[in-house]
Amino acid sequence: METSVENELITRNDISLRVITSEKIRDIVKGIKRVKRSHRQIRAENVFRRTLVIIGLAMVVLVVGIMLTLIVQSIPSLKALGIGYLWGQTWDPVRDVYGALPFLAGTLLTSFLALALSIPFSFAVAIFLGEYYPKGWLANLLKNTVELIAAVPSVIYGFWGLAVLVPIVRSMEASIGIPSIGYGIFTSSLILAVMVIPYAASLGRSMIQMVPSNLKEAAYSLGATRWEVIRSVILPYTRSGLFAGVLLSLGRALGETMAVTMVIGNTPLMPKNIFSTGNTMASVIANELGEADKMVYNSALIELGLVLFLVTVVINMIGKKVISRFTNE
Amino acid sequence: MSNHVKYRIGKSTGFQALTIVLATSCVIPLVAILMYIIKAGITKINWNFLTNVEKPVGEIGGGIAHALMGSILVIFFASLIAIPIGILCGIFLSENKKSRLAYWSRLSVDILQGVPSIVIGIVAYIWLVKPFGYSAWSGSIALSIMMLPIIIRSTEETLKMLPDTLREAAFALGMPFHRVILKVIVPCGISGILSGVMLSVARIAGETAPLLFTAFGYQFFSTNMNKPMETLPHLIFKYAITPYKDWQDLAWGASCILLIWVLLLNILTKLITRRWKVQL
Amino acid sequence: MESTIVKSVDYNAYFGDNHVVKNVNIEIPRNNVIAVMGPSGCGKTTFLRGINRMHELIPGATAKGKIMLNNEDVMEMHPIFVRLKIGMVFQRPNPFPNLSIYDNVIAGYKLNGIKLPKAEKDKIVEHSLTRVALWKEVKDSLTKKGSFLSGGQQQRLCIARAVAMEPEVLLFDEPTSALDPISTSTVEELFHELKKNYTLIIVTHNMQQAARVSDRTAFFYMGELVEYDNTKQMFTNPTDIRTQNYITGRFS
Repeated sequence: METSVENELITRNDISLRVITSEKIRDIVKGIKRVKRSHRQIRAENVFRRTLVIIGLAMVVLVVGIMLTLIVQSIPSLKALGIGYLWGQTWDPVRDVYGALPFLAGTLLTSFLALALSIPFSFAVAIFLGEYYPKGWLANLLKNTVELIAAVPSVIYGFWGLAVLVPIVRSMEASIGIPSIGYGIFTSSLILAVMVIPYAASLGRSMIQMVPSNLKEAAYSLGATRWEVIRSVILPYTRSGLFAGVLLSLGRALGETMAVTMVIGNTPLMPKNIFSTGNTMASVIANELGEADKMVYNSALIELGLVLFLVTVVINMIGKKVISRFTNE
Repeated sequence: MSNHVKYRIGKSTGFQALTIVLATSCVIPLVAILMYIIKAGITKINWNFLTNVEKPVGEIGGGIAHALMGSILVIFFASLIAIPIGILCGIFLSENKKSRLAYWSRLSVDILQGVPSIVIGIVAYIWLVKPFGYSAWSGSIALSIMMLPIIIRSTEETLKMLPDTLREAAFALGMPFHRVILKVIVPCGISGILSGVMLSVARIAGETAPLLFTAFGYQFFSTNMNKPMETLPHLIFKYAITPYKDWQDLAWGASCILLIWVLLLNILTKLITRRWKVQL
Repeated sequence: MESTIVKSVDYNAYFGDNHVVKNVNIEIPRNNVIAVMGPSGCGKTTFLRGINRMHELIPGATAKGKIMLNNEDVMEMHPIFVRLKIGMVFQRPNPFPNLSIYDNVIAGYKLNGIKLPKAEKDKIVEHSLTRVALWKEVKDSLTKKGSFLSGGQQQRLCIARAVAMEPEVLLFDEPTSALDPISTSTVEELFHELKKNYTLIIVTHNMQQAARVSDRTAFFYMGELVEYDNTKQMFTNPTDIRTQNYITGRFS
């Protein structure tokens, strides 16, 4: 009991002593300064929070703005040409005849052909990096190389295609006895196929690496070979992820402009076969928008842009949905 | 029985071999392109090439100085617009994981990421070129819209990975929100944010489609952002499709420079990510 | 009677509709070590985080009631002021990985944008590190990153970081649960030193630790403050049957 009283006295003395020292006074002054500073901080904090919200909102406004702009600018064409525009087979701006079917066909043909050509390769890369050799210098090399494929500018693909692929395809066409032009759907698809490999490959790789090892081990323990494990465990498990990767590749191929523009031949006619020349939505816009001075002409090209926008948005959204469902499981 | 097992093992080995062949053959086109471009381009690069501007067909000694300057300016201003907005938006998304605005904002960024570059070009054309005419500014703005999703996603993903304890430690010291973010969270995630920024620059450095009807192209040296301006990728496109050998040679040289530039940016990104990584 | 520094009046905390701290009234005397214990999920950490308004950083978290610091309600103050006066140390050591040891200690000044002359910064760093008995160990490696230290050293660095701001109260959220036994005892010894200058509130799930280091102990159960008393009294002669059960290990 006595000691506690003593303690209390000491503490009290301590406090009173501390209060009167000059150091304490300085501390108090410093404290006041600190409080003033803090008031400024609070204001800055509110400004910062508000800025963040405004910028978050700006993204929504930007995307909605892009869509509305495309829609509004397409109205003259929608009014003048109606929905039949998309099924019209003739494109002749001089005579004011606009039909977008050749471009739709060109886009779909090049994209799906490219996809078909690239899938074996991108899946092979995905399996190679995801299952056979996930680590090591060889894997690193391949991974980086495939990433670099996506880094090369598309205008360079186009130029290379123009200088190298077109002559090759031309002599190939000559040897099988069809009109040898070199330009056309097939050449575009070849270039596109190379360009879209990385998208399906990298997504596929990360999906394959997410396959739980106990599933694979269960199959191995039953005596399955490596190929059987891949075919009956890994591929079914990652099916939706691989599909999403293909969708991303497709979205990329549909919107690709420069490389295709440079090798497709740019003829506004319905392609007869995969070797004929043609035009895609993106390449006709690239070629003609700058000089389309007539209202409906201009608007018709923008309407193509709107179609391209909507199609890629839908494809990408489906892809993202599939991925997020896959990763949440 | 044993034959059947042998068959299965053989099939497995065969498939493995097929995979290896297909996967490694992906390297071929890239190597072919790199070699071809460098072989065709490197001999065209010399002092005149780097300092002169376009000359009429037939006159020798044309160069790409105007396009180099134009690319640097257009990319610089695109970055100036996109980097702060992109990083702040990434911060917004990582700090507001569940709010309704963040949901829509994230969806918008997702959409933006998938929009083809030619469509961005159309929109910039409608917004800026129709009322004000062709200008380097409109090109910068189109490119900055393309940079945004890359910067935003990488910032958001990086910041989300940082442990909450870091944020709490900062708040417990009485730091206001903006200082917690700018002085603690962003510096700790700087390598991821920077790599996003670099990748976005690398991505737009070679973009041509959005510039076709915005920055448009110009045959003289110009630093006026209100006027049309030549850029490297656009120059390559313009010269590549001409039938003139002189101009095509210029295009090969320009391709070589553009390719080296873009590849260096990509490699630099890898190095920075490794070097500046904050060890948690 | 010792002077009260922190007092809570009908304090309630919620996560959404979940009522996790119920009507807590507690008076904490200056320069004491208070242990807060209870089974996991009893609201002890939430209460602790309520004292310096860290609780509300979690989305959906709300609180009602009063927390008085020197007769001022912290619920009415801006959280920044509160946290400058009430420091906190966390369960896992969390030095800033991008800062050196030196900068970690003065992080509260540096990152708050308070500019100090170099001499004063040196003084604060040495003083704070000495207080946490870390000065001798790190004085030659002040420029190294904080994450280079061992777990126990990191935790003492975090305490130094809180001490450097000269707060009045220090909150500890299970400060030794991520440490090995030797580091734990070093940190526990620190508490005795620190209480000369600060008031310490320590959440712990370790009963022995509460008995060893604290002057007073609060026992939380299902969000309620069941018992609050002198530590000796509490451990030898608890009044509430729930405290008794907890201390004797009937539930955990």
